[in-house]
Amino acid sequence: MTALLRVDNLVKEYPIRAGVFRRQIGTVQAVSDVSFELGHQETLGVVGESGCGKTTLGRSLLRLIEPTSGTVMYEDQDVTAASKKEMRSLRRNMQMVFQDPYASLNPRLPIRDIVAEPMRIHGVSKKEAGERVGDLLRRVGLLPEHGNRYPHEFSGGQRQRIGIARSLALRPKVIVLDEPVSALDVSIQAQVLNLLDDIQHEFQLSFIFIAHDLAVVRHASDRIAVMYLGRVAELADRDALYEQPAHPYTHSLLSAVPIADPRRERARKRILLQGDVPSPANPPSGCRFHTRCPLAQDRCVAETPELRDVGSGHQVACHFPIAPGETLLDRVGAMGRTVEIAST
Amino acid sequence: MTEPLLRVDSLGVGFPSKAGVVQAVTDVSFEVHPGEVLAVVGESGSGKSVTALAIMRLHAKSTIITGSIDFDGIDILGLDDDQMRSVRGRDIAMIFQDPMTALNPVFTVGNQIVEAIQAHHKVPDDVAWKRAVELLEMVGVPEPKRRAEQYPHEFSGGMRQRAMIAMAISNEPKLLIADEPTTALDVTVQAQVMEVLREVQRETGSAMILITHDLGLVAGSADRVQVMYASRVMERGSIDEIFYESRNPYTRALLDSIPDLGGVRERLEPIPGNPPSLLNPPPGCGFAPRCSMAVSACSTVVPELVPVTDGHASRCIRVDDLVPVGGAA
Repeated sequence: MTALLRVDNLVKEYPIRAGVFRRQIGTVQAVSDVSFELGHQETLGVVGESGCGKTTLGRSLLRLIEPTSGTVMYEDQDVTAASKKEMRSLRRNMQMVFQDPYASLNPRLPIRDIVAEPMRIHGVSKKEAGERVGDLLRRVGLLPEHGNRYPHEFSGGQRQRIGIARSLALRPKVIVLDEPVSALDVSIQAQVLNLLDDIQHEFQLSFIFIAHDLAVVRHASDRIAVMYLGRVAELADRDALYEQPAHPYTHSLLSAVPIADPRRERARKRILLQGDVPSPANPPSGCRFHTRCPLAQDRCVAETPELRDVGSGHQVACHFPIAPGETLLDRVGAMGRTVEIAST
Repeated sequence: MTEPLLRVDSLGVGFPSKAGVVQAVTDVSFEVHPGEVLAVVGESGSGKSVTALAIMRLHAKSTIITGSIDFDGIDILGLDDDQMRSVRGRDIAMIFQDPMTALNPVFTVGNQIVEAIQAHHKVPDDVAWKRAVELLEMVGVPEPKRRAEQYPHEFSGGMRQRAMIAMAISNEPKLLIADEPTTALDVTVQAQVMEVLREVQRETGSAMILITHDLGLVAGSADRVQVMYASRVMERGSIDEIFYESRNPYTRALLDSIPDLGGVRERLEPIPGNPPSLLNPPPGCGFAPRCSMAVSACSTVVPELVPVTDGHASRCIRVDDLVPVGGAA
């Protein structure tokens, strides 16, 4: 597989400033040494809890946030080293859909102009842009005559369709979708997920699909990266990740998600992780998950685990990964430790 | 069956606006029994939170409220403001979605719990403070003595929600209303907070109304479920009746539209269209324009909520055509 997008050791640091002179007193590593590849027409899901760096990662890929170090390669072009002019042409190929369908559309522009704006910036003639807007609106399930209306006249789901139409305007190859359905009601969520599925095939798109909802990510992705405190904890094919998670964090995360099926829910043993996600400003030493990990040992405190392959592309950053067929509970039991189990 | 703790009868809640009255809750009747968890599910604008706020009498004076709410023999809508204040927070307590805006940023967490206790019980400060620390410990706040002296901004989201729960149970209410209690939290913390809520509810024996849009949360936490759509109750039943034997097209469509964590369903089945406006709603069943089973009569008359079996009821004129599918939901 030749990768369409290749990310190597990407880091984004933010300064922590304090005092009258806003002196820098430290740094937060929001994204810490992240590497992955994205293939043609592939969807890579990125999941994690708030503060894990998934949004920062998505934005760094398009340099909407300037990464601190590392490289992002689009085909054979270095995105991270591109000049302003080169970046502009790169953005034709790389687009973004934002989470908040209310904040990401200019309230003063009719949606015709919102969808046409990328084309205007990239020098598509007015006539051609006008024609394409009608097609795009129709493609995302709206009507060309909706073009004269303003964002406030649309519901959340329709606005997200408008954002998708805008992202498609320049016929990109890669779209970064940052929580594209999390602001929507479930019945509308399914409409938008199906739409994304359709346009991916029709326009031969690759997606980076950022979300916190594990069920949505499983539905939408081919491969999935699980992030914790700025790092990739595990990266694997969808089914391998959900059925044979190797990282204790992935295990606990999957175990924490309630399933909308009472019988399965009653039969399950749900592991309750202790504590909160630590602050990224002061991340734990070694493996960042060790403060909450039921398997943590001395080595985890001292040494940061690298992301390594445990077979057929299944990558995990853990010193003591869980083997296929083994569960976190088995391992905890074998170590003579206990974890808290939810009471229902 | 035991005597219900709460009986809501033909509740209507309307908000006057320049364009007319927005009818957010229409003809809602239900009961909550002591010790049970009733989940109220629905999408945004379905009327689930507005119903809860009406029980707490937290609506503005201009709100048009009709029907009756009987709580443990008390006519809630007939109380004056002073009488209501003595019920609210003592017999009925509420947990809100966003703990940051529900807690007062300028008082310590301990002080706020003390305030909640002293609003209903004449106890000296030191006794109330001791009780506040005990409550924080009960909801799993580590180092409760030290944490009680901290301000809300020093608490993480999950800890704030625990503090809210501590405050809500401080007077051992008979009814807890939890309005999207874990929606603002991460999944691992959500699981912790739900566990605390269930433990507390079991220990104090209080009944709970759990308002949520998350069907997964419902599956693991509720005894009975009430599904709302466009201001009305669409279906009500035991958890298994709703998930496996639903007799309502909206409930079924809602369950079909969620992606499954366990297996992979390649294509989702979304509900077409959008919910109706509650200002001048169209006649007939609110779901008819989006319903795959709708017939012409659906857009003329609003169907009644009819009993299917004891405790299971559905609002659909084609309820008899919706035979239980059994097994898979």
